Amino acid sequence: MADPRLPAPPAEPLPTSAVATERIARASRVRTLLPSMSGKLLTGLVIVGVIVLFGLVAPAFVQDPRDSGNPALLPPGPDHLLGTTKLGYDVFAQLAWGTQGSLFVGLVAGVVSLLLAVVFGVLAGYFGGVLDEILTLLTNIMLVIPGLPLVMVIAAYVQHTEGLGPLARSSFLVALVLGITGWAGSAVVLRATARSLRTRDYVAASRVAGERPLRIIFVEILPNLVPLLAAQLIFGVIFAVLGEAGLSYLGLGPTGSITLGTMLNDAQTGQAVGSGAWWWFVPPGAVIALLGAGLSLINFAIDEIVNPKLRLAPQAARRQRKARRAGRGIADDGAFA
Amino acid sequence: MTTREPVGEPGLEARRLVRDYRIRSGLRTSTLHAVADVSFTIRPGRTIALVGESGSGKSTVARILSRLETTTSGGVLLDGVAAPMRGAALERYRSRVQLVFQDPFASLNPFHTILHHIERPLRIHNPRMSASEVRSRAHELLERVQLTPSSRYADRRPHELSGGQRQRVAIARALAPGATYIVADEPVSMLDVSIRLGVLNLLAELQRSEGLGVLYITHDLATARHFSDEILVMYRGEIVERGDADTVILNPQHAYTRTLLDAAADPDRLGRLREEVRRSQ
Repeated sequence: MADPRLPAPPAEPLPTSAVATERIARASRVRTLLPSMSGKLLTGLVIVGVIVLFGLVAPAFVQDPRDSGNPALLPPGPDHLLGTTKLGYDVFAQLAWGTQGSLFVGLVAGVVSLLLAVVFGVLAGYFGGVLDEILTLLTNIMLVIPGLPLVMVIAAYVQHTEGLGPLARSSFLVALVLGITGWAGSAVVLRATARSLRTRDYVAASRVAGERPLRIIFVEILPNLVPLLAAQLIFGVIFAVLGEAGLSYLGLGPTGSITLGTMLNDAQTGQAVGSGAWWWFVPPGAVIALLGAGLSLINFAIDEIVNPKLRLAPQAARRQRKARRAGRGIADDGAFA
Repeated sequence: MTTREPVGEPGLEARRLVRDYRIRSGLRTSTLHAVADVSFTIRPGRTIALVGESGSGKSTVARILSRLETTTSGGVLLDGVAAPMRGAALERYRSRVQLVFQDPFASLNPFHTILHHIERPLRIHNPRMSASEVRSRAHELLERVQLTPSSRYADRRPHELSGGQRQRVAIARALAPGATYIVADEPVSMLDVSIRLGVLNLLAELQRSEGLGVLYITHDLATARHFSDEILVMYRGEIVERGDADTVILNPQHAYTRTLLDAAADPDRLGRLREEVRRSQ
């Protein structure tokens, strides 16, 4: 222990070895729960972080996004960083509010679809039997109905329902519609995993201990699904952001609020492409693409936690290449490790 | 429970247990008799060993006794009362009969701390116990299974413990509800040979001091003889031989028991064989 190269011990009393190991153990426990910092994860986090920060902070500093007092169709310049639209709206202000709106839709829809996926997938997988048959039937029906047309029908229907008032064309309602239609894929994945987890000894052990089924699901099984749930949530957010853009582009979006999709719709109806006003439709498109890419990168990083084989695959491939170059006889069948 | 009988002699009785599994292959179905007419009674303070090869139905018996598996016919009786499959009666049954799983690497939830595994059964079976009482009881139980000092293990997660330590946690969990009957399903088969004895000695010591009735399921005849009073030999779902531990080992009647005994490594026999070979040369 007493290494002469080490600096003098600190003035505070040295922790006993037991306390020290305990502290190290606790730190490593926290670390094992976090994804390892890979290039993918870092890139994804930076991209998503910048966009989220932009959506949260920028709306406070930009001018009114519906201020038509500006000159129309100005190209980007010092007064209007990203130019103006045909109606004289500032594109940068619209982009700030639109990003916030799209993120809101994505988050709400992602959470709603995750909750539905947990209810349908985990309950079906854990209980099995008749309940499983019913829930799986519903999931499969949702899965085979083409997504966007269904969303369009529901969106068109709820927006013409009397008595909803301003809610009818709000982004919240669109998010709900997207959430209700987007859970089936996740439910299939969660069902399969729950089916495999329910046969684990520790689940049987908690049954023997006397735990109730719902407590087993939420306390014993769900925590072990956290990485999977996070991946499904991110998948749901991507689906909802893209879905909202698609809906809005078709004119079925939340016309009461500003989102990236409504910006694209405005650009399309204002013939931005025809008039060469690229600054009108490129920024919202780019933010959508970047957000999707960033979230996907985070998702891949989570996949590597769930399936450590993926994490080792590049290293294993590199090792094999190296070995082959070195001429040492390592099996050429591509088997890892 | 319409079949409630007057409370009989204390004991956990398996009465004519039968468990069939239907196996479907294509359109044909066949029946697998996993357990065929198995009867025995575990008395408090006694250990019964259930010996047999893999697939002989030992684990199915364990799962039936711990009510994880239903029976095709026959039943389990605790002190002469039929064991239920659900409800509050099942909870009471479980506070008396507990199972120690074979694989300590699978039977503890990797997400939860050791303390959680001990506290939950305590809470479930003592709903009126205060949180601090539950905690101190849990620490007591950890000390009881020789995980000392208990504070060193309580906040750890299963993956930080060795196999033997995990199996001790599993034993503490089985004791937590106040069980008087323990079904130990090959409790040491997944452990290193060097620590098996420690875990078995712990079980034996607990059995003596708490007067537990233990069903020790194993395929190891040597430990079965050493740790139990009675041995049941199970083969293809049936009990082919039963009797006093020494009698079964020293004077096996059934051909299968003899095969099992011959399969076990016996240093004395090996020495005799070596001697014979030397003499013949």
